Amino acid sequence: MQIHTYDTVIVGAGGAGMRAAIEATKRSRTAVLTKLYPTRSHTGAAQGGMAAALANVEEDNWEWHTFDTIKGGDYLVDQDAAEILAKEAIDAVLDLEKMGLPFNRTPEGRIDQRRFGGHTRNHGEAAVRRSCYAADRTGHMILQTLYQNCVKEGVEFFNEFYVLDQLLTEVDGERRSAGVVAYELATGEIHVFRAKAVIYASGGTGKFFKVTSNAHTLTGDGQAAVYRRGLPLEDMEFFQFHPTGIWRMGILLTEGARGEGGILRNKDGERFMEKYAPVMKDLASRDVVSRAIYTEIREGRGCGPEGDHVYLDLTHLPPEQLDAKLPDITEFARTYLGIEPYTDPIPIQPTAHYAMGGIPTNVMGEVLSDNTTVVPGLYAAGEVACVSVHGANRLGTNSLLDINVFGRRSGIAAAEYALAHELPPLPEDPAAFVEEQVARLRDSTGTEKVAELRSELQECMDANVMVFRTEQTIKTAVEKIGELRERYRNVSVQDKGRRYNTDLLEAVELGNLLDLAEVMAVSALARKESRGGHYREDYPNRDDVNFMRHTMAYREVDANGVESIRLDYKPVVQTRYQPMERKY
Amino acid sequence: MSTATLDNNSAALNAAEATASHLVAITLRVRRFNPEVSADAEWVDYQIQVDPKERVLDALHKVKWEIDGSLTFRRSCAHGVCGSDAMRINGKNRLACKTLIKDVNPEKPITVEPIKGLTVMKDLVVDMEPFFQAYKDVMPFLVTKGNEPTRERLQSAEDRERFDDTTKCILCAACTSSCPVFWNDGQYFGPAAIVNAHRFIFDSRDEGGEQRLEILNDKDGVWRCRTTFNCTDACPRGIEVTKAIQEVKRALITRRF
Repeated sequence: MQIHTYDTVIVGAGGAGMRAAIEATKRSRTAVLTKLYPTRSHTGAAQGGMAAALANVEEDNWEWHTFDTIKGGDYLVDQDAAEILAKEAIDAVLDLEKMGLPFNRTPEGRIDQRRFGGHTRNHGEAAVRRSCYAADRTGHMILQTLYQNCVKEGVEFFNEFYVLDQLLTEVDGERRSAGVVAYELATGEIHVFRAKAVIYASGGTGKFFKVTSNAHTLTGDGQAAVYRRGLPLEDMEFFQFHPTGIWRMGILLTEGARGEGGILRNKDGERFMEKYAPVMKDLASRDVVSRAIYTEIREGRGCGPEGDHVYLDLTHLPPEQLDAKLPDITEFARTYLGIEPYTDPIPIQPTAHYAMGGIPTNVMGEVLSDNTTVVPGLYAAGEVACVSVHGANRLGTNSLLDINVFGRRSGIAAAEYALAHELPPLPEDPAAFVEEQVARLRDSTGTEKVAELRSELQECMDANVMVFRTEQTIKTAVEKIGELRERYRNVSVQDKGRRYNTDLLEAVELGNLLDLAEVMAVSALARKESRGGHYREDYPNRDDVNFMRHTMAYREVDANGVESIRLDYKPVVQTRYQPMERKY
Repeated sequence: MSTATLDNNSAALNAAEATASHLVAITLRVRRFNPEVSADAEWVDYQIQVDPKERVLDALHKVKWEIDGSLTFRRSCAHGVCGSDAMRINGKNRLACKTLIKDVNPEKPITVEPIKGLTVMKDLVVDMEPFFQAYKDVMPFLVTKGNEPTRERLQSAEDRERFDDTTKCILCAACTSSCPVFWNDGQYFGPAAIVNAHRFIFDSRDEGGEQRLEILNDKDGVWRCRTTFNCTDACPRGIEVTKAIQEVKRALITRRF
């Protein structure tokens, strides 16, 4: 076991992690731990753009952006946080441009902007061009630009280091972050990173679904590490299903395709979104569009022999426009479906895309241990976190914005905290949990297989807690996840070696997915209303009287070692916007 | 759009689905190496059933998840944007997640081996550090002088288009590890590093071009390129890599960029 000491340790090297690293490295001795290489992070798969009311191409302002974000999140958004997000968006985009990001340009040479779902002028009048973009690889360009600037700033990376545990220590009667424990993929060695401040920026949990736009590596490692240590997870029942994933594969086809004029059609060729969202049509918010697609499918208007998908139609758009604005997604259709988008519509279905919930933080990125108490030295930003700027449903282009605004904020806050505080003592035997976990999995002779359990989990989640949920389906999921968690105790791996043992790490990742799937299902069961991405057929309306509040889920272990989930609730921060019925 | 197109499309999809619904037996021939077990690498054949429309990555997962968990390779996004899974498939550098089984002749054994010119660590995993070091050596970041503007720097759509191709790079190393010069001499920067230098040299906002060109003028720089076009063929993003290298060479001679 090796022990390293830093001021600030960042877990994850996607957009949020690297944006934080640029700030933290300037101010403090910083290490970035990533289970991949930084440029492999899933920020690079984001396509359509980053929202900011630059008003480069038409009238716009941050107040409209704030409103759209709150309405998009079905009023579960903390309004003070949304206002910060929308205000700081403008500088966040300009900062990236100055770092070198090659945005598409207007004829005047300014950053170009395009339409995106749920972004409107003057509180819902019409779609507004707010998304700053670089073709349909905006996330790729953000990831590359941030990595380039990390190289420039000399950011210290530990590549292929898996963080498996969060260290907390008691100082003056309060729990503080003392560092993290990581597993080095190349050697199997366990490393303790002592740090004054830790920032989680380790991304989402989409791999508990089968049809997902998420990478194989998005297994909620950060959420699971803090949850296991007794810290809460917020709003985990809210998961976004992006309307346009490639049929059966789930690969993302950007909403920018509809922003450029693409239209969704059912088997009769009908532009069905006109029925569901008369004003915004195909550019309504994602939860609305995904439900509309499944409604069409359920009512027998789906396409194909099994009627299990609809079409994204780009055939009326000029090929030059597709080449210039949507080159990657048209290429995906050619590569994976053998379809030419110039002439043929693309079969799509909703795909599990984004976790609105996560580790609760305040607007400085400080992690909360209950509704109000901060864990000193612990921060989170990006998809792993829940500020909450996305509420019950995130607007497209607000996540690339979130990682930049709150990545930067947490990087600054963590480094400043580190400079002002002493290194906390390590807990006794800091690597014990990870050593035991790794040894148990490596030495197990159990009969259960990781791939089988994972596949059963994914089937169960797709069938029971996707776009439509009922008490019955959620209970089925809770039961199944419980059974899988039980069987997971008996899981074993074939690779018993120390060198690049990805077999072992897949087993660890499955454990994380199981923990988080359970939190999601239990949180969803208790929320007896429909709001944003959480739609209960048995409670189809939003219930502001009983459920205008954030779910806080805690892991509890009783004296006999029996685990359970305790749910609590946290008030939503409301400033200037009163909840209204949500129409697009 | 007419309904006719929709019908045609459904028909095409039906046909595609009909052929896809029957799995085919393939042999995946993988170059295995684990120094914990043996100092020698060996070819191992795996017989599996796959849908021909699946990716080579899916076939590798099938082996790992159902036959031998110790088979080791890198992957993440599984749709060609993260750059983790560059490997030699039937002797050609490709991304396993962007290569469909039906396109690599499933009738014969499909060979999968690590990319060349970088030290093999285990199975299909190579040491990426020298690759990223070459990238870092070319100053892959925007260099500007003077005061920053309040708003964005202006750049015409034409100036932006000038370096568009090289912004697509995902640092997968397919190009660099297909280059015979790189195989023979690991000191050569390799195509990927030059592509990333090109991305900044031809960016109208950048003021570090001269410095970057001097780095590439080095004996291990662009002049080592023998224009074999392997890199262009290998690039999964369709970047005209050899052309970019030629443009950097021309800029070195003319000092115009």
